[in-house]
Amino acid sequence: MQFGIFTVGDVTEDPTTGTTPSEHERIKAMVTIALKAEEVGLDVFATGEHHNPPFVPSSPTTMLGYVAARTERLILSTSTTLITTNDPVKIAEDFAMLQHLSGGRVDVMMGRGNTGPVYPWFGQDIRQGIPLAIENYALLHRLWREDVVDWAGKFRTPLQGFTSTPRPLDGVPPFVWHGSIRSPEIAEQAAYYGDGFFANNIFWPKDHYQRLIDLYRRRYAHYGHGTPEQAIVGLGGQVFIRPNSQDAVREFRPYFDNAPVYGHGPSLEDFTRDTPLTVGSPQEVIEKTLTFRDSFGDYQRQLFLMDHAGLPLKTVLDQLDQLGEVVRVLRAEFAEDRPATVPDAPTHASLVARRDAEAAGTDTDLQEVTP
Amino acid sequence: MNPGRPLRLAVVSAGLSTPSATRLLADRLADATRRQLADENREVEVQVVELRDLAVDIANHLVSGFPAPPLAEAIETVTAADGLIAVTPVFSASYSGLFKSFFDVIDNDALTGKPVLAGATGGTARHSLVLEHALRPLFAYLRTVVVPTAVYAASEDWGGSGDPLTDTLPTRIVRAAGELAELMRQRPGGSAVRPAEETVVPFEQQLAALRPE
Repeated sequence: MQFGIFTVGDVTEDPTTGTTPSEHERIKAMVTIALKAEEVGLDVFATGEHHNPPFVPSSPTTMLGYVAARTERLILSTSTTLITTNDPVKIAEDFAMLQHLSGGRVDVMMGRGNTGPVYPWFGQDIRQGIPLAIENYALLHRLWREDVVDWAGKFRTPLQGFTSTPRPLDGVPPFVWHGSIRSPEIAEQAAYYGDGFFANNIFWPKDHYQRLIDLYRRRYAHYGHGTPEQAIVGLGGQVFIRPNSQDAVREFRPYFDNAPVYGHGPSLEDFTRDTPLTVGSPQEVIEKTLTFRDSFGDYQRQLFLMDHAGLPLKTVLDQLDQLGEVVRVLRAEFAEDRPATVPDAPTHASLVARRDAEAAGTDTDLQEVTP
Repeated sequence: MNPGRPLRLAVVSAGLSTPSATRLLADRLADATRRQLADENREVEVQVVELRDLAVDIANHLVSGFPAPPLAEAIETVTAADGLIAVTPVFSASYSGLFKSFFDVIDNDALTGKPVLAGATGGTARHSLVLEHALRPLFAYLRTVVVPTAVYAASEDWGGSGDPLTDTLPTRIVRAAGELAELMRQRPGGSAVRPAEETVVPFEQQLAALRPE
C-alpha cells in the first residue's frame, strides 16, 4: 500500500500570526514539503492544479519535474489534473516528458475542477464538465497508446496523423487515477478503463464516498478487470498530530476555525466526529485511518492533506516527521489480514512487467482492457 | 400503494419565538389536514420540523456542504413525506432567511411532485401576497404541487373583528387543508425523485453521445 501527501497549494494567512507567505515562499515551501515526504519514508507527493488566487500550482509538471530531479524514490502525482480545461494533447506530452525525466516515477489523477470561471477562461463551458472529461480522456488514452492518431470529437480541433511526443517511457503510459467527489459518471469512467478511483474523503461524511467507491468496484468487475476487491482505490485524509491529543486540538483549532474551505462553520469537534479529519495523538490517527479499510475495503493509496489553512512550513515539516512514524505503523497494520489477491497500486515497474507478461502470453491476475 | 399505510405529513415551521404564531398556524393546518383524511379512514403521521432548532446546522451545511445528523434527519423527514406544510414568518417582504436556507440545502429535485401547502404569518395583512410572490415561485421552482389556497395569518386573524368578510382564517385553513388532503390521497409518496446511484449511464453510451456525426 502507498502512503503520501497531497497539497492544494493555497496561500493562506496564518491566523495565529497574521502573516501570509508570498507566492514565491509558498512555491518553495511546497517543494521543501515534497522533499521532506521522501525523507520521512512516504511514497507519493501530489499537487493540485489551480488557475486562480490564492492558489499557486498552475503548472504541476514544472514543479513535479523539479521535485523529480531532487528525489530518488518519490512517486509524483497530481490532485488533480484538469481534464476538462487542459488540452489532452498537452497533458499527454507533459506527463510523458515527466515520466522520462523522473524515470517512471509519475502517475496522474484526473479531475474536473470546481471553480466556475476557470472553464470560460480556458474557452470551455462548465455545463459540459462531464462530457469534456469523457471525451478529453478518451483522446488522451489513445495518444499514449497509439503512435499515430486520427481523431475527431466535439470539443477539440481534429487531429490527422498526429503523434504525441515523447512516446511514454518504455511504451507504458503513466497510471491514471480519476478523482471525484460526487459524480457517478466518473466512477463509471474509471471502472471502464480499469483505472484507479480516488475519493478525496475530506469534506464530507464517509457514506457519501462509500456509495461512489461501491459503484466503482462493482463496475470495475463488470468491465472484466478483476473482482470488485481488486479495483484500485485511493483515499484522501486529513490529520494533525501531536504526541498529546489535547495539544493537537489546541494548536490546530485556530487553523481549523479559519480554514478557507470549512472555517467559520461546524466546530472542530463536530467535524472530526462527522468526517475523516483526525486531530490528536499518533494512536488516534492510526485508529481512525484503519477504519477506512472497514468502510471502503482494502485499498491501494492513502494521501493526507497536511499543508493548508495557513499552517507554517516549520509546523508542516514537523507534522511530516510525525506522519512518517504513523505510516510505519499503518503499513504493518494494513498489511495484516490483507488478502493476497488484493493488488498493490500500479507503478511504472509493475505496469512494464505486466505488459511484458501479457506480450509473452503469460496470464496475469490483472488484465488490461483495450477499449 | 398500500392503502393501510399511514400517510406521512411533514410540517416545516420557521417561527422563531416560543410560542410562535407561525407554529400555531402550522399546527392548525396540520390538524385540519389530519382530520379531513381521518374522515376517510386515512391515518396520518405528522412530523414537525422546527427550523429554529436547526438554525446552526443549516448555516454549517451552507459552509461545509453536508448536514449534521439532526439536519439530515429533518431533510429525510421532508423528502420522504407524502405531503408538506411549510410556514414562514414574513421578514423584509419575503420568507425568512432561515426558511429559504433550509430549502436551499435540500437537493433541488428531491421534492419533485410533492403536495405542498404554503402558509405565512405577519403583523399585518398587507404582506399576505408574499405567499403568491415569494413562496409559490419557490415551490414551483422545486417542481412541487402547491395547493391553490395558501394561508396567511395576520395578528388580527387570531382575534376577530366580528366582520364576516374578514374573519376568514378558520375557513381558509379548512379549505387549504382539504386541498392538501385531496392531493395526498391521489399521489401518496409525492412521486419525488429519490437519488439513485444505480442509474449511472453505461460508459459506452456516454462515449457514443460524444461521437461526431
